[in-house]
Amino acid sequence: MKRYFVPLVVFVLMAGFLAVGLKLNPREVPSPLINKTAPVFDLPQLHDPGLRVTAEQMKGQVWVLNVFASWCTPCLAEHPYVTQLARQPGVKVIGLNYKDRAEDAKGWLRKHGDPYAAIAVDADGRVGIDYGVYGVPETFVIDKHGVVRHKQIGPITPQALKDDILPMLAKLNG
Amino acid sequence: MVRVLIALACSLAALSAGAQQARPRAEDAALEERVLAIAGELRCLVCQNETIADSRADLAVDLRNQVRDQLRAGKSERDIRDYMVQRYGDFVLYKPPVKPITWLLWIGPFVLLAAMAAWLWRTLRRRKALASAAPLSEAEQQRARILLGQGPK
Repeated sequence: MKRYFVPLVVFVLMAGFLAVGLKLNPREVPSPLINKTAPVFDLPQLHDPGLRVTAEQMKGQVWVLNVFASWCTPCLAEHPYVTQLARQPGVKVIGLNYKDRAEDAKGWLRKHGDPYAAIAVDADGRVGIDYGVYGVPETFVIDKHGVVRHKQIGPITPQALKDDILPMLAKLNG
Repeated sequence: MVRVLIALACSLAALSAGAQQARPRAEDAALEERVLAIAGELRCLVCQNETIADSRADLAVDLRNQVRDQLRAGKSERDIRDYMVQRYGDFVLYKPPVKPITWLLWIGPFVLLAAMAAWLWRTLRRRKALASAAPLSEAEQQRARILLGQGPK
């Protein structure tokens, strides 16, 4: 009986590790920005390039930075939920139009609706790099002190909205 | 004599023009080599099994340009690696840093090797002890000889 014990334990351990490994999503790389100050940026606004959007302006309120582009198909999938998020009281949703053409972005927003309080144009993707963006869409929840508190990698799903983003907003506004 | 001088001046002018064109190219090659050396240690997050040097993803191109710009600005390789880690985390490094959370990763294989070696040594010793534990009695040796076809002594 005893001679089977060690192989059994090894097997159970391996199976356990592999089972956990199966459930992990290798595409979701934890962001080192969580609980760090959101990188500063100063970018032109999409609808009025004379005006600027900066991270500094948002100090003192809870805000969401949603990285999107007209060429990005999953962005369209998450669009209704971004809209739903933008309708929540106590949150401003800022768009970061990532490596897009202004005309394409405006056309896309006319067609699908524009939920954003303001849209910053990141034409060369430099601010995207500062935020560690590696796939669009990505969404950051930033608190009143300018600290990144949550990152959603990939499109916002109804479940992510309900389980992660809305509770986080409630906590930050509470 | 004048002709010789003119010819000399012309060839010198041609030489120096050639040198001026060639120099930035040589500098670029050296820079490009450094860019690729650094990019070769960074993981492309879009296509995770490729380095930034190998990948043709948009982000990899942007990050290579970023590495090139920073090298031009006189940043060290360490600065650039830190810059990437700050944004993308340790995951961006193909060679993870040694710190408490990666200890298992770094020493795990050696621990496993030592454990297996210890187990092998123990097993071999036990087997040897088994083999030499009970010498055959005279009757058994006789029987063994018969079985082996050598007949009784």
